[in-house]
Amino acid sequence: MRLIRLRYTKWYQLLSKGIFKDNPIYAMALGICSALAVTNRVENAIAMGLGVTFVLMASSMSTSLIRKFIPAKVRMVTYMVLISTFVIAFQGFLQAYFFDLSKALGAYTGLIITNCIVMGRAEAFAIKNPIHFSALDALANGLGYMFTLIAISVVREVLAFGTLLGIQVVGDGFVTWTVMAMAPGAFFVMAIYMWIMRTIAKLDTTSAS
Amino acid sequence: MEGLINIFMASVLTHNIALTYILGMCPLIAISKNLKTAKGMGASVILVITLTAAINWPIYQLLKNNNAESISLLVFIITIAATVQFLEIFLDKYLPTLYNAFGIFLPLITVNCAVLAVSLFMVNRTFGFYETVFFGFGSGTGWALAITIIAAIREKMALVSKVPDGLQGAGIVMIIAGIISLGFMGFIGVVGF
Repeated sequence: MRLIRLRYTKWYQLLSKGIFKDNPIYAMALGICSALAVTNRVENAIAMGLGVTFVLMASSMSTSLIRKFIPAKVRMVTYMVLISTFVIAFQGFLQAYFFDLSKALGAYTGLIITNCIVMGRAEAFAIKNPIHFSALDALANGLGYMFTLIAISVVREVLAFGTLLGIQVVGDGFVTWTVMAMAPGAFFVMAIYMWIMRTIAKLDTTSAS
Repeated sequence: MEGLINIFMASVLTHNIALTYILGMCPLIAISKNLKTAKGMGASVILVITLTAAINWPIYQLLKNNNAESISLLVFIITIAATVQFLEIFLDKYLPTLYNAFGIFLPLITVNCAVLAVSLFMVNRTFGFYETVFFGFGSGTGWALAITIIAAIREKMALVSKVPDGLQGAGIVMIIAGIISLGFMGFIGVVGF
């Protein structure tokens, strides 16, 4: 009984929309660049997912906090300044505590700024909604993004290196697929993943491009 | 001079920003439906990437001399946004024909990750000024090449092929990009940094 009531609350709807129905990657095709470029190893995918979730939540919350003071004409620049502040904070954190990881991610942590998801959520949601809903919406989208990244990187890491989080998982006879670690492998795995998820979610793909 | 041409060729073919580094995917998917708009977008990207790379290089040197590299990200993105805005106003005022052709694409370029990426790569690889300009121009050309090829293929495909439901739109662009990317891997070894 409680579960049924839960389905109709705004909280539940926001979460399920962000993670499943309107998932930023397979449904809306946003933030693809980083999703493809860093997913050759699972640990990179997790770090990137956490980073994007952090930046997304922080920037959405601060945008929604000051939404009444932002003049409509300069809102884009305001988002950019807010987002890049948090990205710099995340980059500094990675360099201080996880140096190897920050080396592996390279310029891609800086590119979170131009990740369309972050900008998209600020423009589409945070500018119009109160802070608690914005935070939840950002969390849902960030988690949806992270799950996708992990799903893709699991396939790619096993096929490309025969490992999972650095631990050997396949037998010695396995021939690794080098192409999976490179760009073409990323494109193909992503296409197949989109196909599967869109079929499951029964999205109307003809309207989205 | 030979080194500069080398950088240009490498960033077009072997280190193509769209097909090797997988950057600038959002516009690549969204604006590759027809060849004419894809060409317009490609030309605007070449212009903006070259300009912003040339502007960001001296700014970065200035920041470096003042030990303020940590805010370079923030400064780069503001420079890019300002350049795009300025270009839009300038074209609108002095070159209206060009503005009519490219104007609609310009605002979209600010969020094209390829533009920011070129500025960040230039820092990572410690390029000099001329190298940066050639690298920016090459990367822009590479991106334009990728979007033109994909748009041409999509235009033809729309006439003849039946794509499965779930694969339409973004999915099929990924497959096309993957196959072209495989083709570009054949260039490995021809030129390099």
